[in-house]
Amino acid sequence: MSSLQEHLPILQILVPLFGAILTAFTRSGTTAWAIAAVSSAISPFISAALLIKVTTTGQPISYVMGPWAAPWGIEYRVDLLNGFILLLVSLIGLVSIPYARKSVAQEIDSHKQSWFYTMYLLCLTGLLGICITGDAFNAFVFLEVSSLSTYTLIALGRQRRALVSAYQYLVMGTIGATFYIIGVGLIYIVTGTLNFVDLAARIGPAMPELSRPIIAALAFMTVGISLKLALFPLHVWLPNAYAFAPSFATAFLAGTATKVAIYLLLRIFYTFFSNAIPFYSLPISEFLLVLSLAAMFVASFTAIFEENAKRMLAYSSVAQIGYITLGIALANKIGLAGSLVHMFNHAIMKTALFFALGAMVYRTGVARMSSLSGIGRKMPITTAAFVVAGLGLIGVPGTAGFISKWYLAMGAIEHGWIWLVFLIVLSSLLAVVYVGRFIEIAYFREPSSDIADSHEPPLSMLAPLIALAAATIYLGFDTRLTGGVARQIADFLLSGVVLGGTQ
Amino acid sequence: MFAEPTTLVLLALVIPLVAAVLIPLFNNQPNLREAVTLLAAGSVAVVVWSLYGPVMAGARPELHGPEIVPGISLGLKVEPLGLIYALVASTLWIVNSIYSIGYMRDNSEPRQTSFYVCFAVAISSAIAIAFSANLVTLFLAYEVLTVSTYPLVTHKATDDARKAGRKYLLLLIGTSMVLLLPAIIATSAIAGTAEFTPGGILANKLAPAAMMGLLALYVFGIGKAAVMPVHFWLPAAMVAPTPVSALLHAVAVVKAGVFSILKIVVYVFGIDTLQTTGAADWLIWVPAGTIIVASLIAMTKDNLKARLAYSTISQLSYIVTGALLATSLGVVGSGFHIVTHAVGKITLFFCAGAIYTALHKTEISELTGLGKVMPFTFAAFTIGTLSIIGLPPLGGTWSKWYLALGAIEGHKLAIVAILMISSLLNIAYLLPIPFKAFFGKRPASAGAAATHGHAHDHADGKIHEAPTACLIAIGATSLGCVLLFFYPDFVFDLLKQIPLR
Amino acid sequence: MIEWQAIVGHYNYYVTVFLMVAGLYIVIAHGNMIKSLIGLGLFQTSVYLLYISPGKIVGGTAPIIDPKYTDYSNPLPHVLILTAIVVGVATLALGLALVVRISEEYGTVDEDEIVAMDQDQ
Repeated sequence: MSSLQEHLPILQILVPLFGAILTAFTRSGTTAWAIAAVSSAISPFISAALLIKVTTTGQPISYVMGPWAAPWGIEYRVDLLNGFILLLVSLIGLVSIPYARKSVAQEIDSHKQSWFYTMYLLCLTGLLGICITGDAFNAFVFLEVSSLSTYTLIALGRQRRALVSAYQYLVMGTIGATFYIIGVGLIYIVTGTLNFVDLAARIGPAMPELSRPIIAALAFMTVGISLKLALFPLHVWLPNAYAFAPSFATAFLAGTATKVAIYLLLRIFYTFFSNAIPFYSLPISEFLLVLSLAAMFVASFTAIFEENAKRMLAYSSVAQIGYITLGIALANKIGLAGSLVHMFNHAIMKTALFFALGAMVYRTGVARMSSLSGIGRKMPITTAAFVVAGLGLIGVPGTAGFISKWYLAMGAIEHGWIWLVFLIVLSSLLAVVYVGRFIEIAYFREPSSDIADSHEPPLSMLAPLIALAAATIYLGFDTRLTGGVARQIADFLLSGVVLGGTQ
Repeated sequence: MFAEPTTLVLLALVIPLVAAVLIPLFNNQPNLREAVTLLAAGSVAVVVWSLYGPVMAGARPELHGPEIVPGISLGLKVEPLGLIYALVASTLWIVNSIYSIGYMRDNSEPRQTSFYVCFAVAISSAIAIAFSANLVTLFLAYEVLTVSTYPLVTHKATDDARKAGRKYLLLLIGTSMVLLLPAIIATSAIAGTAEFTPGGILANKLAPAAMMGLLALYVFGIGKAAVMPVHFWLPAAMVAPTPVSALLHAVAVVKAGVFSILKIVVYVFGIDTLQTTGAADWLIWVPAGTIIVASLIAMTKDNLKARLAYSTISQLSYIVTGALLATSLGVVGSGFHIVTHAVGKITLFFCAGAIYTALHKTEISELTGLGKVMPFTFAAFTIGTLSIIGLPPLGGTWSKWYLALGAIEGHKLAIVAILMISSLLNIAYLLPIPFKAFFGKRPASAGAAATHGHAHDHADGKIHEAPTACLIAIGATSLGCVLLFFYPDFVFDLLKQIPLR
Repeated sequence: MIEWQAIVGHYNYYVTVFLMVAGLYIVIAHGNMIKSLIGLGLFQTSVYLLYISPGKIVGGTAPIIDPKYTDYSNPLPHVLILTAIVVGVATLALGLALVVRISEEYGTVDEDEIVAMDQDQ
């Protein structure tokens, strides 16, 4: 067993990757789903084992490929930060997979279903890979693995607009990834290394002489990743991509893809640039603050007037990403912890919302607000779960969202920015409006003709939804996993000795 | 005593929630469903009342939950002030449930099951507010109360109801999110704690001006207290069925607001701190002004429930004013007014609902001469009115008396004057209603209008009262108004236990 | 004293920057999806140059250890860029596949026309 333990970091990637290869050779949708289910079910156990090991030993886990020792070879390195994100991604994968069966069977042609699962598993591989790798270039490769499979997943949506959305996302996503790799190239030229730990050690000494390329590299990487994480105003690809992708793909991506991009941003800011350029010495913090606030308000306003429920949730995602980047911009312990907590909480809540909406679409075939009127009487459990997750989005106390907002507000207070606290709560008020609008339509209107004979979705779709809605409430009361771990991570990111005892 | 006090605290919270789960199971058996509600109401009242003895003896049962944000855990702690509010809410829930059964059935309201479920959740959260040990717990329960009463407001699902619901949700969640939450966050950051502590937690931690700003955030952030200008939701919420207006908008919801302000003044700011910094000196004129302005608006309203709503706004500000006086007698007056106004106003709302149920009348001008048709209801209305005005031998006398004493103790004679003027205004807008009903002459056209509006013709003066269940409830609360005058000591004893320093 | 050596010596970077900006411009400027993809390809190619050119040392040889040689070119950029080329090809292939499907569905590959068609619906 001990040898298996040693190889956990690579297994985290290999399990979904082999799953993807296997599904590519199957023709039956059910078999492909079973393979995907097994791979997705194993993942969270590996991530949990990794995270537990890191928290108990207090040391990062390093895994080296072949005989090439880091920093020459590619290193997989799990510390608290990526252990947390790995767990998040694989957990979302786990809860999604039961939901996938029925949803995919309805939305995807039967001969394409096994390919769909291949793409899903590749996407999972890519996302987990970005998190686990300790190598800047390897991160790019995984970024593209996940991106290419994401474009395909989106293009498989039923409407033809899905194709255009996928194309547009492909163009913007490729530009983003290329910006990132330009940044990596520049620091590689300066330092001659790609390993995160090694980079951190070398950028500092190189800084006095070569500050210009290093700052340019930071700028390229920041912009590139901001595109991938849909930071306002680089978010334009997101609403259409989420709106036209198959329901399952939307829910899975909303919970994971942007979160992983945010992780990469944190990694760059706090682990290898922090030695050379203290985060607060550049105006990045101010920029990020302004853009986050713009996202919180502009995107929320757009969500209020959105007629398509899927797009409404997509715009809400852009706004909620604003909260996460706001925490990064605050750059103090509690704000950063808030950002991490919100990453986790938002993943849970938004996946729940898209699941609920997906279930409604599954039964009714419509996602327009006006067509969904009265849905609360036809699908009471699904709608109730939607409301719970929606309350979480608002940040009503007793839900996960409240915890995130408390941390962020405390982070703002630590800077003495009372005005920022007011802005944070004001933008929650916009969430009250768009969530409230859906609630009103769902419960207090007569059922529309579109939904006349709809009823609750099958249990395989309902169970993950209920689990996530319950988690939204549970995480509002028990914050050991979110708040507790996030505070440890924030401590560790800000301590400057992040790279803990090099090789 | 049949259980540990801490168990009782938990029971008081859990019983209504259990009821909320059980009620839907009896969706198709209305009698069993209502039995569950009554049983729950009865047992919650017993549980809360059995806390009275231990608290008087000095016990302060506490319960602590998990830490949810750094340094703050959810927690419950029974102290005298909270116990009073819990007693009021739980006792009146019984009376209100009896009334609801008569009202909801006679008016064949739709979706009665969800009505009773929301009601039970609302009561549970009201009790959680009463027993909350810190600001975060209070905020949590406060928001649950808002969310659980929203479906009650929109119960009728008409356009008006939806609009009112929108106003209700936006104003209450809006103020609490935008003003109350930052205030709580700021308090926890400044004081390093959010626990309710005798004597307050902010002494010497804030400049007077900042203290005033913080106090203002609380007073306006707690929208449920309906201090102008955040009062709009209350008249709007009157579209709800009358039992909702009665318990929630005369007792549980609005009292949750004023109670929270009182609790925050006593246990977060501390009345000594407020006195020495003078932080409330300016702010007090806002509720004081609300008392007068709301009374004046009430006079212009012909709709009975709207008039009662504005009367409520005015009366709530008595309590806020009493709290902001920051004197020991002011606190006693405020605490007592929570009780007497609740009992008095619920009587008035019950009567309004009874009139609607029996005669389908909603406007005051239509009530002239109907005293002979509903003598019992209008007699009870008179008792409620006199108690609100503050005339002996009714409970309202004591609260006004102590509020005035508190104002004198705080050297604010202008407040005393406002209280007097407001009593006159109360007489002017409330007393004519029963007076005209008993002694007014019915206009000739009214009888004709009634014939096509309702099967009975009431012009003949035959007695036509509301269902018995409604009358029992009305009788009980009117009796309560009287008893509170003669036996106020059990409330006073509790109020004297409030640790002010 | 102008350091011509330094300015001219960096010519590889000028080419890189030119390709980068030209590629990005084509992506943005053209409504034709295929042309946009060509621009995207050009943009990615500029990165290959950025990586490869600094690895070359004038007079250096392939990194085979032999006493005869003292200067070696860095082999790592080549390895990296081989991967990047694969990624680029995959992206281009997927992009073109999407354009084919779009052309089948819409009958055009012009982005502006497609946006207009979607708005009409």
